[in-house]
Amino acid sequence: MIPAAFSYHSPPSVEAAIGLLAQFGDDAKILSGGQSLIPLMKLRLAIPKHLIDINRIPGLAYVREADGFLAIGALAREVDLEESELVSRRFPILIDTTRGIADPLVRNLATVCGNLAHADPANDHPATMLALGAEVVAVGRRGERRIPIDEFFIGPFTTTLTPDEILTEVRVPLPPSHSGGAYVKLERKVGDFATAAVAAQIALRANGACERAGIGLTNAGPTPIKARRAEEFLQGKRPDDGTVKEAAHLAAEESAPEADLRGPAEYKRDLIRVLTARALKKALERAGGGR
Amino acid sequence: MAPRTSPEVGGMGHSVKRKEDPRFIRGKGTYVDDIQLPGMLYLDIVRSPYAHATIKNIDTSSALAIPGVLAVITGKDLAKYNLHWMPTLMSDTQMVLPVEKVMYQAQEVAAVLATERYIAADGVAAVRVDYEPLPVVVDPKKALEPGAPVLRTDKKEKKDNHIWHWEWGDRAATDRAFREAEVTVQQDIYLPRIHVASIETCGCVADFDKVSGKLTVWMTTQAPHAIRTVFALVAGHVGLAEHKIRIISPDIGGGFGGKVPVYPGYVIAVAASVLTGKPVKWIEDRMENLQADSFARDYHISAELAGKKDGTLTALRIKTIADHGYTDAAANPSKFPAGLFHICTGSYDFKAAHVEVDGVYTNKPPGGIAYRCSFRVTEAVHTIERMADLMAHQLGFDPAEFRLKNFIKPDQFPYKSALGWEYDSGNYAGALQKAMDKIGYADLRRQQAEKRKKGELMGIGISSFTEIVGAGPSKHFDILGLKMFDSAEIRIHPTGKVIARFGTRSQGQGHETTYAQIIAEELGIPVADIQIEEGDTDTAPYGLGTYASRSTPVAGAAGAMAARKIRDKARKIAAYLLEAAEGDLEWEPGKFSVRGAPGRSKTIQEIAFAAYTNHPQGMEAGLEAVSYYDPPNLTYPFGSYICAVEIDKGTGEVKIMRFVAVDDCGNIINPMIVDGQIHGGLTMGLAPALFEEITYDEQGNVQGGSFIDYLLPTAVETPKWETDKTCTPSPHHPLGAKGVGESATVGAPAAIANAVVDALWHLGARHVDIPITPVKVWRLLREKGVTE
Amino acid sequence: MQVQVTVNGEKRQAEVEPRFLLVHLIREVFRLTGTHIGCDTTHCGACTVLLDGRPVKSCTVFAAQADGRDIMTVEGLERNGTLHPVQEGFMQEHGLQCGYCTPGMLMTSYAFLQKRPNPTEDEIRWAISGNLCRCTGYVNIVKSIEYAAAKMRQEGR
Repeated sequence: MIPAAFSYHSPPSVEAAIGLLAQFGDDAKILSGGQSLIPLMKLRLAIPKHLIDINRIPGLAYVREADGFLAIGALAREVDLEESELVSRRFPILIDTTRGIADPLVRNLATVCGNLAHADPANDHPATMLALGAEVVAVGRRGERRIPIDEFFIGPFTTTLTPDEILTEVRVPLPPSHSGGAYVKLERKVGDFATAAVAAQIALRANGACERAGIGLTNAGPTPIKARRAEEFLQGKRPDDGTVKEAAHLAAEESAPEADLRGPAEYKRDLIRVLTARALKKALERAGGGR
Repeated sequence: MAPRTSPEVGGMGHSVKRKEDPRFIRGKGTYVDDIQLPGMLYLDIVRSPYAHATIKNIDTSSALAIPGVLAVITGKDLAKYNLHWMPTLMSDTQMVLPVEKVMYQAQEVAAVLATERYIAADGVAAVRVDYEPLPVVVDPKKALEPGAPVLRTDKKEKKDNHIWHWEWGDRAATDRAFREAEVTVQQDIYLPRIHVASIETCGCVADFDKVSGKLTVWMTTQAPHAIRTVFALVAGHVGLAEHKIRIISPDIGGGFGGKVPVYPGYVIAVAASVLTGKPVKWIEDRMENLQADSFARDYHISAELAGKKDGTLTALRIKTIADHGYTDAAANPSKFPAGLFHICTGSYDFKAAHVEVDGVYTNKPPGGIAYRCSFRVTEAVHTIERMADLMAHQLGFDPAEFRLKNFIKPDQFPYKSALGWEYDSGNYAGALQKAMDKIGYADLRRQQAEKRKKGELMGIGISSFTEIVGAGPSKHFDILGLKMFDSAEIRIHPTGKVIARFGTRSQGQGHETTYAQIIAEELGIPVADIQIEEGDTDTAPYGLGTYASRSTPVAGAAGAMAARKIRDKARKIAAYLLEAAEGDLEWEPGKFSVRGAPGRSKTIQEIAFAAYTNHPQGMEAGLEAVSYYDPPNLTYPFGSYICAVEIDKGTGEVKIMRFVAVDDCGNIINPMIVDGQIHGGLTMGLAPALFEEITYDEQGNVQGGSFIDYLLPTAVETPKWETDKTCTPSPHHPLGAKGVGESATVGAPAAIANAVVDALWHLGARHVDIPITPVKVWRLLREKGVTE
Repeated sequence: MQVQVTVNGEKRQAEVEPRFLLVHLIREVFRLTGTHIGCDTTHCGACTVLLDGRPVKSCTVFAAQADGRDIMTVEGLERNGTLHPVQEGFMQEHGLQCGYCTPGMLMTSYAFLQKRPNPTEDEIRWAISGNLCRCTGYVNIVKSIEYAAAKMRQEGR
């Protein structure tokens, strides 16, 4: 449980951090919460030569509303989400998600942006951000750019961030009224990764039909999965038991889970079906049920 | 049972707050890794990635080039001192470090000695070992097939992987009973490998003093004296005589049987310290602990019950294949390679029974009984309680009624079982009835029926177990020849305060408190005035240690007997002081009084003072006694557990709605501590029932070798246990106590398994092996066409 | 590299490698051995300490990250010879057996009760779900924390 040796850097600004990333390239890793990276380093599965600790950069630890978005800064911890009145009121799906990540102690250090940047397909926030239609803000040598979340994850532990870029913020559009979302996760015990998990965010029209559905799947493939066919199916329909059932079925078909110690692929696929239905029902309840 | 002493004295029955707590809640405990000595070196271990492979070469050059790495110890180095192999507790042999080949994944291959912990870790990463893989044997049934690769090539005469065959009972009578039976049921039951995973892992600090020639080892051990003797026998030829070995078992962060065996890391650390004359620390990390240290269970059981249509049980027949890993290193009493598995007739009055077990070598770490189970008692109880439930369901009986019908009756005690055990006392119907009342059994069955109509899955499971603990009478019990007595040495100071030392070693069971309570009970001296010590072989009397729930039955009894010897001498001194005849004195806790003249009395404190200042001529001064207690029998705690579960049809998750545990451990020393033992034991019964297992793939790669996949329940998964008691004292134990440390671990898994099968019986389910994971339940449900 | 931390109110410093874990800084350099190590995958919580008032797993933090910050360990709970209510609660309600997970449980509950002075049982179980115990089955740990909560409310803490 002893990591290999590395050089430690603690830049005071985003610019300085980017400079270091540009200098060291693949030999460097960003340390934010460290709750994914440090365990890997202790097992020597990750052996970065340089660790760039961004925790001393001021102005990155926020959870706030800004121009119609929920903005979560790079150093916002999971516990900050859980304790945010704004998030509890407008984004119960994020409360569901954050409460399912690891355990309360890990959540005091783990960051939301780190959860996204690490891009473990078993991480929880990616599916929820897919369902919410979020975008991330990346800052590198060429300046700042916005990346829609459904373009962000391209493979296991791989995002479209270039080696010199840092994720500084994730932005979630504030949902319209008659919206509701839920994240339903099956884990073997508290602290485990998901055997399967589903994020569902629904916006209803005044007449109760579905205006927009976002469905994200966790640990159901090499990347987090946006269940597009299920989403498209729900579009414009009045959600009832039948439509929910069909959408759940479609989401399961879009998943590509792998067998592991948590279970065989067919179990996980069936779980996706069951959990999608449950997530949708809960989202609809929170949206006001379609009245 | 109302306490006979006042709360200030704190004898039996009082929930005295623990004397060990003040240091633990301040973080001032002393665990092995807390020990830091000047010049201390660190040992870390290189482990095999292969389950079976020849070692072609070990290249230590890169490791030795790291500043701070002092040595890399290999099997060849130890072979020079004939220390590369050592005996196991079952008189088999075990490698300390291999010379020829490795036989399980994570086996110790080489050890790096360095000036710092971090450097030792770097050294381990730098050692290069060349292996040539050999065919792997992980299935014990395949291991027994003709033509299977022979694993123990070190045993020149060995031509197969069969270790031993053991059987017990009347085979002819049992076979006849089965032939004549009106009904029989059969079930294969597999209890997978699990690991005790106490929160503190294993380790030691070995400190050899070159000047005095004395070796001191702080060690995570539940049996310090046995370790000392084993070291003296094994390493005597390198100059370690028993009086020059001191084993100190300091505060131990949980044992549960996992800290009984002698692990290679200890021996290598000792060797390194003897060679360098410096203290050497070895602390394993969690993955090493899970992957290499002693496991429990891994029993492939085939069980049969015979009975009558009216629900009367007549006979039991069991065949078991025991997967022992590459060597038999289970810490069983030597006459019983399958431990006390033949308690498997359980709480029922069987007329005939026969059980046989075959031990098998496979390419896995050795062990077998390290998980809070006495010796194979969980295996026995799980089998009989699953089978009883199976037969009850098959015949259409309510499982509670079925058990009540077949229980051994109170007037049958002491009861000689068909497999030769003499159960000391029991009231099985009493415990079950109490559990049924407490959980509202009839209401639960009604609830179940209503839910079933709505297609909801609810089940109720019972486990009415009889345990066998307190090993054991010298006639039958020894470990490596050391008889399983235990000991207490009590000394009273002039001012009436006490120091007492025992041959056991608590790892959380609260002996500093409970042993003081025993002495308080016998002598009336307040618990606060009694100091208890254990674990230092230089000072404690010889004992076999704490495991298999033996401390209260054996060492506790020794404490009572030693205290009574003291009381006998105190009576003589009191008679002298009071100028009365011994026979005219009456004892009440804390003092002797002259019969008919209560004003004429002497307190134990006054007597103690007199023992040093005013004792009768011709009598030795002092007030102390030693007792080595050879128990006349084992003790048989028992209980009934009832579990109600709900099953999620969508996910297969099992949710425990309620769990009531009624335990009977005879007379209780400290009710608060007993409840704590039961809560903990229930949780270590829940864990294997629903969460824990260690498996291997075809190549012998371990699955579940870290806490990522070896799932210990948190407070969220753990139910709100409901507990209660009955009290049926042990007639042979001086205090009527039976011990309770492992009852709940033994009894709980069957209650949970029975509840799940009960929930699914109407769908056609008959059995589920533990751990009952959501996947297993889901598969069963989908097979039966049930879905959400 | 130099690391300066305040531990239980006292300023301490040490010269450490960047990879040196905070738990080792606390145990081996500062010789505060009440904080324990129980696993290697950030599961067990035996290493829990407070970092700037928040309970964290000190095995998954580098000592370097703690530079300039405030740490509280189990040794810091007792003030002027008076036990903190959580310590008293664990003793009164038999919330410990082997004592190995106990410092972690104490630090987690200490921080938790600051935020949630009147918790339900389920909230308590949730709060300690990052701390594993093998001995107690959690029942008495819950009672210990309830005891402490009641005492703290009574004392107006």
